[in-house]
Amino acid sequence: MSRYLIWVMSWLFIVVMLVIPLVLVLTEALRNGFLASMKTLYTPDALAAIWLTIRVTVVAIIINTFFGTLAAWVLSRFRFVGRQTLLVLVELPLSISPVVSGLLWLLLFGAQGWFGPFLERWNIHIAFATSGIILATLFVTLPYVVRTLIPVMEIQGRETEEVAVLAGAGFWRILWSVTLPSIPEALISGILLTTARALGEFGAVSVVSGHIPGETETMPLRIEDLYNGYQSVGAFTMATLLAIMAMLTVLLRTAPDWACYLWKKDP
Amino acid sequence: MSIEICDLVRHASDSRQVLLDHVSLEVPKGYFVALIGPSGAGKTTLLRAIAGLDPYDSGTISLDGRIVTDIQARAGKMGFVFQHYALFPHMSVAKNIAFGLNILPARSRPSRKEIAARVQELLDLMQIPDLGNAYPARLSGGQKQRVALARALATHPQVLLLDEPFGALDPIVRRSIRGWLRDLHDRLGLTTVLVTHDQEEALDVADRVVIMQEGRIVQNASPQCLDSHPATEFVMEFLGESVSFSGVIHNGQMIPDEKTAFPFAVPDSWENGPIIAMIRPYEINLLPPDRQTDEQTNRQIVKIEAIPRGFRNGYRHYTIQLKERTIPFFVAQDAEIPTQPNGVLVGIGLDVSRARLFRPNI
Amino acid sequence: MRQFFFALFQSGHKQILPGFRFSITATLLWTGFLIVFPLSTLLIKPWQDGFGTMLSALHDGRMFAALWFSFSCAILAAICNIPFGLMLAWALVRAQLPGQRIADALIDLPLALPTAVTGITLATLYSTHGWLGAPLSQLGITASYGRLGVILALMFVGLPFVVRAVEPVLRTLPHDLEEAAMLLGASPRQIFMRVILTPLLPALITGFGLSFARGIGEYGSVIFIAGNQPFKSEIAPLLIVVRLQEFDYTGATAVALILLAISLLALFLVGLIHRRFSLWNEPA
Repeated sequence: MSRYLIWVMSWLFIVVMLVIPLVLVLTEALRNGFLASMKTLYTPDALAAIWLTIRVTVVAIIINTFFGTLAAWVLSRFRFVGRQTLLVLVELPLSISPVVSGLLWLLLFGAQGWFGPFLERWNIHIAFATSGIILATLFVTLPYVVRTLIPVMEIQGRETEEVAVLAGAGFWRILWSVTLPSIPEALISGILLTTARALGEFGAVSVVSGHIPGETETMPLRIEDLYNGYQSVGAFTMATLLAIMAMLTVLLRTAPDWACYLWKKDP
Repeated sequence: MSIEICDLVRHASDSRQVLLDHVSLEVPKGYFVALIGPSGAGKTTLLRAIAGLDPYDSGTISLDGRIVTDIQARAGKMGFVFQHYALFPHMSVAKNIAFGLNILPARSRPSRKEIAARVQELLDLMQIPDLGNAYPARLSGGQKQRVALARALATHPQVLLLDEPFGALDPIVRRSIRGWLRDLHDRLGLTTVLVTHDQEEALDVADRVVIMQEGRIVQNASPQCLDSHPATEFVMEFLGESVSFSGVIHNGQMIPDEKTAFPFAVPDSWENGPIIAMIRPYEINLLPPDRQTDEQTNRQIVKIEAIPRGFRNGYRHYTIQLKERTIPFFVAQDAEIPTQPNGVLVGIGLDVSRARLFRPNI
Repeated sequence: MRQFFFALFQSGHKQILPGFRFSITATLLWTGFLIVFPLSTLLIKPWQDGFGTMLSALHDGRMFAALWFSFSCAILAAICNIPFGLMLAWALVRAQLPGQRIADALIDLPLALPTAVTGITLATLYSTHGWLGAPLSQLGITASYGRLGVILALMFVGLPFVVRAVEPVLRTLPHDLEEAAMLLGASPRQIFMRVILTPLLPALITGFGLSFARGIGEYGSVIFIAGNQPFKSEIAPLLIVVRLQEFDYTGATAVALILLAISLLALFLVGLIHRRFSLWNEPA
């Protein structure tokens, strides 16, 4: 009785809150047929937005995975002065409004910012340019790899690494062939979270980008532009593409789980 | 390779607690040494210090007379086996064993073929010849143990350090692997240091047993010597069940406070004063009623009874009710002593003359 | 400063695992350039501009209206999420919900969906002609371009935080607690309130705090559905954008500072409460 009530209410809530919006994105995108939606993607501005988003995401993944791994190593394997502060610092971007994250870079490199005029003289543009978008994305995606790695590395312990040290292995060797291979799920999970966030970041990028179509517009910004220009089909087609990209990365995280489930194997 | 530890001191990093308190120890080449003590005694800390895994505040550790400081100086020369094996979960057994060889710089690294041969040799030595392709998660505790040992031995170390290697094994496997390990030690001519909290294991397998307590070495002796001459009451207690009798020494005689235990002669070197006599339950003799000496007749005879409690390890177990406590008492199973029909032994007193004597701490 | 770095390098030095110096240097450079350096602007800017300018920037009715709007909507959304989040967590862990795996994946949807997509979708959905907006407007309820729309959007983005905070705690809560309570004669209501809800309290507070902190700074999923009318339905993050478009960096910084302070304070309070409760789980 009460259990059935919970089932019904839960699914009702899930359908209304989560499923209907998802269905709506697809319906709106395909309102004029598949070809019409594809046509909206095949415009220079749309393609430029997709390409820019991919570039920014790849840079964010590379930089934040590299440094995130090193930071996870130092924070989980050593006890040192200021460790707590660093732990707080690497989590900080999660609790900062995306718009504020963008604002920070404008304050630094904007026309009225600290270094903006100086760099302008050297013809280096950061605000309202690709580098600004990259910096904003780096900021908001910084925590994911570190944050997923640290707890897993703490649990994993350091004994296998001590074995490797005793055998004479050096730092890179230990990191590359002992530590990381034994926690692939956590590393991949961190990278995929970084990817999903980098793909979809809107607020921070919106502030620093300057919204120049074809140049500094990422996919989310393009969506906003199209939507505000009443090009609903274009907006929702782009939204569908972006949603699929982001959701695929998140689904990939649980892929090993799903595989086990489908093949009825023990994880 | 011999190991000399000189005056090692280590404090806990965040408190003033002493983990190692001026520890000095010499492990001659080819010896099998067991470090035992209760948990928190510092045995693992000492072992990890020898391996270079833990820092220490002062003192030195030398190998073959040469002082070593950093871990690089020991790389490959020492095999270390962790309590929970610490096998690399993402590598097959063969890869695990070959790790120490695979990471050697290219010019000193054996060829792929040689490494494979060495791995197989070790697998055979460990009596697990077919497990090379298995992954650690699939192995039983005993098998993991052997893989960890093989990995530690891959680079031909001369020193083997074992941190409670049998802790997670069941008793039967434990006993068999113990004898096998000793055999391996002798065959490969290793110098081995074993940490354990199981005194029986230590006495069984080691040439020398080092007993630690609160960061200090209390006694370092051969198993025989430990049994006959324990350094302190703690050592006596730690090595096995014991019964203690307090009393005084008076003119070459130990006189127990409890009248049921008979006085006995002690060497003249013991001066008068309070004393504690500790004895193993199987070393106690129950004096039968018909054996009364003149001296004993002067005393008031109290009849004592030993109640049977079953058999264990070839001994008949009894408990004897004294005035204020119950003490255990063992008799060899095949000993011929007259018993009452209900199995109860009757006596007129306890002969505890085989006890070790300790001056009580003042 | 130099002494601090010296101490830092020394403190990690005694460890035997390699790579301390290299990775701490890399970490300091990384966090220094990407976090400390940009955040320092936010803290130094008011001093740079002088307090007079800052105070006058703070003396802004529109700003307080926007902050209040964001704050109240975030609180209400987080509160609404508590019962729903609890229900979903319960359904996933205890009630053997049919289609559990799909439901489980769907709950993470708001985290995966890019905020801009969420924004335009919810705006379309709840507009007066939308699938859900039309029936609501029949009932005389206008969902979009007002407080209700913002709350719905914030509920959407905040929901996973509550579910994912409660779920693991519920999973580790032993079944025999309920059985023990039942044997001791507790009624189902008493069991729920005393044996189940109380141990979940820290997790619920965490979920609430995370949901709130996310909500108050949320931008992408809200601006499309909010009316964005100054003094009425303008969220604080949008005001920052507006001020930036007016090249009023001081005004933007003022809003940003307050916003940052509120979300940090919320997370700090959650941490504090959590630590108090964590006594339950610590061995004596």
